[in-house]
This record gives sequence, structure tokens and C-alpha cells, in this order.
Amino acid sequence: MQLIPPLLTRPLNAVPLVVIERVCRLMFRRIGLAHPGLFERLGEHKAKRFAFLPTDVPLAFIVEPASDTIFVWRKTTDVIADAVTEAPLFMLLALMEGRCDADALFFSRDLSVTGDMEAMLAMRNALDASSIDLSKDLARLAGPFAPMAGRVIGEIRNRALDRALAGETASWN
Amino acid sequence: MELICPAGTPAAFHEAVDAGADAVYCGFRDETNARNFPGLNFSREELKEAIAYAKKKGCETFVALNTFMRAGAEEIWYQGAADAVACGADALILADFGLMAHVAEKYPDQRLHVSVQASASNPDAINFLVDTFNAKRVVLPRTLTIADIARIGKSIRCEMEVFVFGGLCVMAEGRCSLSSYATGKSPNMNGVCSPASHVRYRKDGRDLVSELGAFTINRFPEGEAAGYPTLCKGRFDIADSNGYAFEDPVSLDVMGELEALKAAGVSALKIEGRQRGKAYVAEVVKVMKAAVNSPPDRRGALLSRLRSMSEGQKTTSGAYEKRWR
Amino acid sequence: MTQTKRPGLTLGPVYYLWDAAKWRDFHFRIADEAPVERVLIGETVCSKRQHFIEPHLAEVVERLDSAGKEVVFSTLSLVTLARESKQIREMAETSDHMLEANDLSALAVLKDKPHTISPLINVYNAPTARLLASRGAKTICLPPELPFSSLREIVQNCPEIDFEVFAFGRMPLAISARCAHARSKGRIKDNCQFVCGEEPDGLPVKTLDRQSFLTLNGVQTVSHACQSLLGEIDDLLAAGIRSFRLSPQDCDMVEVARLYRAVIDGGMAADEAIARLQQVYPAAPLANGFHHAQEGAAWVARARNLQAS
Repeated sequence: MQLIPPLLTRPLNAVPLVVIERVCRLMFRRIGLAHPGLFERLGEHKAKRFAFLPTDVPLAFIVEPASDTIFVWRKTTDVIADAVTEAPLFMLLALMEGRCDADALFFSRDLSVTGDMEAMLAMRNALDASSIDLSKDLARLAGPFAPMAGRVIGEIRNRALDRALAGETASWN
Repeated sequence: MELICPAGTPAAFHEAVDAGADAVYCGFRDETNARNFPGLNFSREELKEAIAYAKKKGCETFVALNTFMRAGAEEIWYQGAADAVACGADALILADFGLMAHVAEKYPDQRLHVSVQASASNPDAINFLVDTFNAKRVVLPRTLTIADIARIGKSIRCEMEVFVFGGLCVMAEGRCSLSSYATGKSPNMNGVCSPASHVRYRKDGRDLVSELGAFTINRFPEGEAAGYPTLCKGRFDIADSNGYAFEDPVSLDVMGELEALKAAGVSALKIEGRQRGKAYVAEVVKVMKAAVNSPPDRRGALLSRLRSMSEGQKTTSGAYEKRWR
Repeated sequence: MTQTKRPGLTLGPVYYLWDAAKWRDFHFRIADEAPVERVLIGETVCSKRQHFIEPHLAEVVERLDSAGKEVVFSTLSLVTLARESKQIREMAETSDHMLEANDLSALAVLKDKPHTISPLINVYNAPTARLLASRGAKTICLPPELPFSSLREIVQNCPEIDFEVFAFGRMPLAISARCAHARSKGRIKDNCQFVCGEEPDGLPVKTLDRQSFLTLNGVQTVSHACQSLLGEIDDLLAAGIRSFRLSPQDCDMVEVARLYRAVIDGGMAADEAIARLQQVYPAAPLANGFHHAQEGAAWVARARNLQAS
């Protein structure tokens, strides 16, 4: 399912990876500044590597909470991580903002989690506990890619809200 | 009737208070409560802030210390009780007799609620807890019918709280070792059931197989929604047939029975789901609050909003209806 | 701690629904032949079943009494109906034998009367054990899921209480108001027609990958694997355990009791007894995982250096 308009993803293929990574790190740092306790809830899982693979974008995002770093890889490379979540980008962002109950997202077949389930559950709870609001948190982001990032995120978020709330299917019990 | 709402994080706590909860229940980030999930629950500081926020808005806070104290490590639970009292908790929700005795003796003015994990399922059992530990309220097991509840209400000396929405335990709560049989970790000892640390999903041809420890709990053909491998909601083989041996993956919804519960003497309605996200908590609390405050004939329309949120998710009135047995 | 008497064997209540004559003859043989000191009798799982054994109760009690066994009446483990509560109250008032509590309601009724505590009551720590003892509990059979480290801690801190462990039998894991056994045969609890009686050793629940996993016994769920603490008896005795509970399965329980007695008395090596136990009860693999703080289904083999003793 292609949920991101091709127009928005196409530029990504043309942009050098190192530039994308720089933008992502900028965003990541900005979020970290706005939510200093974000990864505290991970506890023992803080030392692990979390991979987020959007199914509709040819990139892999690897988060290392211990070193407060995000890496961006092309999907052609094998991803090495303790826990891997694959889903359309809008779901991953919805997860990040805690705007929907992630239970359903975790177990609807659109999203798959492999590897360390406990670590990924801790990550999901840590994100839900934070009050990340991408458009607010990234509002003051500067640089040549800021307008594009803002536009993509705004677009995706609106979609996430509608879809995620309707997709409430499973529960951790 | 009071609405008692779950919070696994301070964010969810704020949502529940803002959405109109009469009380919010929560626990510390350790093995002292039955939702000891990774990344969930409250530090001392977070609890203190949460309680202050709730008090400002006229909402109560109940702190769950509802696992059974590990022999030799009782101090962890005692400290939890001391800190919850110091933070200003309006009630402690307890399951372990040893801990109840400690709290009743040390903090005689602290309101004590009996957790569903204590499995007090009849008047003799409940009055025993009232007489011995001065319990003020009992959370009834999800194994009783409304007729049972009405009968119990007539002969006990404390308030009754019942689960009305959310996850459903098929087994008598606090008396189940299915999880530890497969994983070594149990609700009673560790505050977890079918823990994520022992969950594995595996592809088998076109099927997705969910495993808990060494055991297969379910198998989902392509296209079927996958579920979390909660042990009692798995699919198993019995004799020549297979299916959900204990319970289908459904959740509880008895909001249609509010009048009957009120008539039975129930004073508080409990929503399950401290492990759910803040968005879920906000939505469910808002709708339930409106439903409780509405005349019975208008509840259906309100609650259908929740059912649409639970799209594809089946609900049941569980044991409240006798045929369930 | 002083060991005041010889470690005992207790025969637990028959959890399954057996044909009445089979139930009677089983207990007659226990009375006549089994080296057990205490015998629990009475329906523990489902109040609907009670009438089956009632006609034979008096003669069974008499036979066990005259064989010198201590008879203890078991009570229901999930009490919800008024008549179930009433029955426990009446038993407590009229019985000249001790009662065993399986549910909180029995604890209430048995206050200040000597009684025993079943493995289905949640005793996870010494303060709880002491509280129960202060109300009249004499013997506490600890829950099957309790690890040895907890057990040792509890026993050490409560020298005045006799502690027992669940040493043989499929482990009681859960109980429900709903009858999965009846449901599996297309019925519900209210019109069950006692279909659980068709499986005197329980109805196997297998995973979709055909792994043996659980066993249905009416509203109760027990393990597939059979608890065996034969290899742990020395450690348990050293920790201060006074008696070992054998939970009846559909096998030669007299022989099971003899094996446990032989190991307790030092007349047989644990490994030999374990091998024989597997022959006496071949229906299920043995397990001792709970004792070793692992999953209950696990079997932890004895270390080599322990076998010499």
C-alpha cells in the first residue's frame, strides 16, 4: 500500500544519504531537547538498537537511545538491530506521537515487530509517555530541508490520526 | 456511580483526569503491581505530581500494589505502601494478606481496597477482608454474574467495584499460574502475564505463528488479524478439534448493564487497561463518563462510538451473563 | 530448627471426577496399603460433582480412620454460590475432622479452628503464613509455582508452622467460572451432563503444533507435565519441609507413595525412584521447573555431584 504520495518520496531517492541523515539527526536532537526524559523509561533496554523500517520509503531508521543517535540507511543494506518495527511511515509517526493506541498497530498485520519484543514494548511505552508533537517540536527547525520535512510530516500526521483511531483491534492483556 | 480509570504513564493519567475520571488507578515502575510491563508505570516523583494534579481537579488516585510479596523482599512492597501513603494516595489496592495486615496496622487511616487479584468472590471472603484488614472496597472477580453481585451486595460490609470495560481474564484472577508454567513469570509473583520477553512471532509458510516460551499459542493465516499470545486466549487442539479452548480474543463490555449493576449496589465502575496508550484512555474515559451521566436510553448511541473504535474487535459481557459459563 | 517428627506424606484430594465406585475403591486401597499419613477427601473443583461421592463418604472416612490415617476434608476452591458458602459453614460446624481451606471464604469460616491451607491459597511470604497461622492454620501446603528460594525463606521465618510442598501430580494452574471442559464438548457449565467424568485423568490440550501443554479438568486447568520433586527431597527436608503432597492421578498411587517414602527414608536413590516413577505414571513427562525458578513445564536434571549421596 502506497500511503505517501510518490511526489513526496521521490526527492528522497535523489538526495544523498548523508544529507538525509543530517536532517534526521537535526530533528532527532530537536525532539530530544524538547523531551529530555524520553528514553529514561527504557531502563535496561536503553542500550539496545531499535530499527524502524517504513514500508513505503526506501530508508531504514536506526535509533540508539544510549548514544542519543539516529542512523539512516538505504533499505538495500541488511539492518542490524535488536528490535525491528516495519510499518507504513504514517503508523511509525503515529506511534512516535502516541496519538493512537499502539496496541492495534502492533498487531494488525500492516505492522510487524521482530526481534526483542520486550525492548520494543518498552520503546512504545516510552514514546506514549512522552508528549511528542512533531509539528510543534520541529517548528523552529531551520535549514534547507525544513519546509519539506514540515510538509511531509503535517500530511502524514493528519492521515495517521484518522486511520489509527479506526484500526483499534488488538490489546495487550 | 464512580468511574475508575487506568493510567500506565503520567501522560495517560492527565488524559484520564481531563476526560472526567472520578478516580485514576496506577502503580509504581516495579514488581509491586500487576502491570509490571517494560516502560510502563510511575516513579515516586511522577506519582506525587500526578496525585497533585488529580487533587486540583477533584479526582482521586488509587495506587495498586497488587502482586504478592516476594519472600525475603517484603521491604519493596512496604516501601511502596509507605511512599504511596506519603504521596497522598486516596486508596491502596492490595492483594497480599501480609501486605494488607502491614498497611492496616501501620496506616490505619489509609483507605484499603481489595484488588481483584485477591480473588474475593463471595460474602464470607469479602467480610473476612473487611473484618481483618478494615477493607473499604472490594474489586469483584470478573467471574461473577450480575445476580451473584446483587446477592453479594446485600451481605457485605464494604463498597463494590466491578470491571465494565477492557481486557477480560477468563480464569479467576490472582489464582492463575498458566503464564509461569510457560514462561516462569506470573501475574502473582512478577506482575506480568504472558510477558513480552517470552513472545516470539515466526513465519511458517504463509502463516504467522505466535509463541510464548516453548509453546505455540496461535497461528494466523494470511489476512487474519494477528493477536498478542495471551495464554488463555490462544488456539489449541482438544481431541479432534481446534479453536479457542478458554476464550476468544474478546474484550469485556457491560455498559449495557449499568442499571442492573446500579441496582445490585455497585458503587464504582472500573475500566481495564493500564497498558493501553493515552489516546485510548482519553477516548474511552470521555465516552464512558458521558454514558454514565446519560439516561439509559441514550447510552447506546454514545457507546457505539467506542464500538466503532473497537472496529473488528469483539466484545462480550463475559461472566456477567450466565450462558458464558 | 528441630525436626519433631518423621517427614510425612499427604495424599491430596482427587481433583478429577471419578466414577463413585472407583473413588471408593481407590481410597480403600490407600487406607490398606499406602504409606501416607494424611489423606484429603472431598470435592475440591466443582460443586456440581459433589453428589457423586456422597454415598461413599462415610465408609471411606471410616476405613481411612481405622487405618490410622489422618483424614482432612477438602473444601471448594472457587466459591460463588450461596449454597457453596453454606456448605463450607456447615462442614466447619459439624465436622469432627480438620478442614482444608481452598478459598478465602473457608479462611473466614475456619477462624480459630485448627485447619490446613491448600496449595490454591496464595501464600508467597512469611507474613502471610504467620497471619494464617494466627487464625488457626496448622499445616500450609505452599503453592506449586513458588520457587525454592521463597520456600526456604518462608519456612525459616515461621518455625511454628508445618509446611508441605506439592510433590507429585499435574499442577493445578487455574480455575474459572467457565467450564472449558464442557465447552470443548459443545456444552456449557449449566447443562454439562458431567462430561468431565469421561476423562479420569483430564482432557489433553495441545498446541496447534501438537505439543502437549495443558489438561482440562472441568473448570480447573492443570498442567500436562507432572510435578515430581523426588530429586529435591533432600534439599526440601534440609529447608525444614515437614510433609510432601501427592496429588492423585489415574495411576498406581500406592506405588507412587512407596517411591516417595523410600526416598524420604533414604532407602532408594532419587534417580532410581524418578526412573520408576516414570514407569508408574507414563502419561505425562515429569517437571520441576517451578521449584528451580524456571517455567513450570521444565525439567531440571539433577547435578552429577549430588547423585553420589
